[in-house]
Amino acid sequence: MTAVIQATPLITAKNLWKKYGNNVVLERMNISVNAGEFITMVGTSGCGKSTFLKMLLGMEEPTSGELLLDGKPIPNEPDQSRGIVFQQYSVFPHLTVLENVILAREFEHSPLIGKLFGGRKQKVVDEAKALLDSVGLTPAINKYPHELSGGMKQRLAIAQALIRQPRILLLDEPFGALDPGIRADMHELILKLWREHNLTVFMVTHDLSEGFYLGTRLWVFDKLRRDPHSPEAYGANITYDLPVTRKTTEIPAEIKAAEIAL
Amino acid sequence: MKRLINLTPSKPVRWLLGILPFALIILIYIVASDARLLENATDKLLPSFGQMGETLHSYALEPSKRTGEYLFWVDTYSSLKRLLIGITIAALLGFTFGLLTGAIPVFHAPVSPLVTVISLVPPMALLPILFIVFGLDELSKVALIVIGVAPCIARDIQRSAGEIPQEQIIKAQTLGASSLQVLLRVYIPQLLPRLIGSIRLTLGSGWLFLIAAEAIASTDGLGYRIFLVRRYMSMDVILPYVAWITLLAFIIDWLLLKTSQKCFTWHHQGAH
Repeated sequence: MTAVIQATPLITAKNLWKKYGNNVVLERMNISVNAGEFITMVGTSGCGKSTFLKMLLGMEEPTSGELLLDGKPIPNEPDQSRGIVFQQYSVFPHLTVLENVILAREFEHSPLIGKLFGGRKQKVVDEAKALLDSVGLTPAINKYPHELSGGMKQRLAIAQALIRQPRILLLDEPFGALDPGIRADMHELILKLWREHNLTVFMVTHDLSEGFYLGTRLWVFDKLRRDPHSPEAYGANITYDLPVTRKTTEIPAEIKAAEIAL
Repeated sequence: MKRLINLTPSKPVRWLLGILPFALIILIYIVASDARLLENATDKLLPSFGQMGETLHSYALEPSKRTGEYLFWVDTYSSLKRLLIGITIAALLGFTFGLLTGAIPVFHAPVSPLVTVISLVPPMALLPILFIVFGLDELSKVALIVIGVAPCIARDIQRSAGEIPQEQIIKAQTLGASSLQVLLRVYIPQLLPRLIGSIRLTLGSGWLFLIAAEAIASTDGLGYRIFLVRRYMSMDVILPYVAWITLLAFIIDWLLLKTSQKCFTWHHQGAH
């Protein structure tokens, strides 16, 4: 996989810091990500990878430094440019599978009440059905989320996130709660959708081999400096930024050593 | 022999055990009533079921000699009207305030402490004020129910709104939703079954406020009647009226439950 070189990277972080009071979570982050990359992020709990994802989403703002989308500061609240799939609670329990997916189009085409009727609804229903078919949920379109298995719920969450064609898809441990067999299916699905929809993906995972398998680029978050008497004094940064060729599933020795810490 | 905590009665046994206490209470009543009536045929404290039936017959099926009205039905109509108007207004107010305080932080800040304090004021202590301000007729009785019930519903809905996972609210925003769209499509549909649950829980206090208001100042109503005939120790009126109020409360509760199950199936199948 060769990264496409663009004039402006899609995402740029310039000397990015994030602190909560005296607790430094991230420090001195400098990265640049081009459109089309599949970034997987691994690291110990509390090492800031979820915080970084939240900053990309607009839920958290940098304490200092810059986080840029297309060279401009990233919007400071969630919007349709960045889709998200959480580990759970991502879909709406009061809507059927189909209703969950058309919802985004209803928000778009019915600005006041966010609900479509009749012919205008039929149009988005057809679009949603095609999308649901591509994630393999056609038999379940009239079911409610609580009637779905964990894997099907995540398929739905992904379809729902994709219908408004976000440029960036954020995945927060989306497959963490799934069985290994289901996970493998989900891996194929997400790779297929990443290619078909020209997405740039940021994915937080606890599973290093998943990170290597899915990503074109793998980031390991860790603290470079440590003060044993004051563990909050220094923040984490990206300690390894590895281009991943999809063929290898082998994990480099230096990362293997780090994995013990994960 | 299994442990006690592992013994579960079968369905018919459960039914039987459920009916047993009712049957026992009725039996004890009949025995006690018979014993008292045998000693003194004009005893008023424990009337027989026959006496109660006769009284109920005259209240429900014969026009009153004084006014020509069927008292039982007039009382029922007046009370239900007050209760339903009061509860409906309370539900609308409580839902609106609970939704806004639970979903919108800038609304929560100024309003939530006020709602909390209002919900702590004993409504019965406000009844004299209501009588002074609104007069002695319908408005003050409905107002008492609203003041007593609305703050509880508001607090309950506010709490339920807070329990909707933040992930859903963020997800809706990433799907392009405005604040109003998030309220209309994410909060309100998920809070409506909670509202029905909240109404079911507060109906008990709704009846309490209704009967209290009717007892103090009214010319009809179920509460008015039982407090009126108390002067003559007419247990043959009071007991059937109490049973009727209980039955009405049960039917309203059952109707609300069925409505909720029909309209919000997903809620009752454990998807919250």
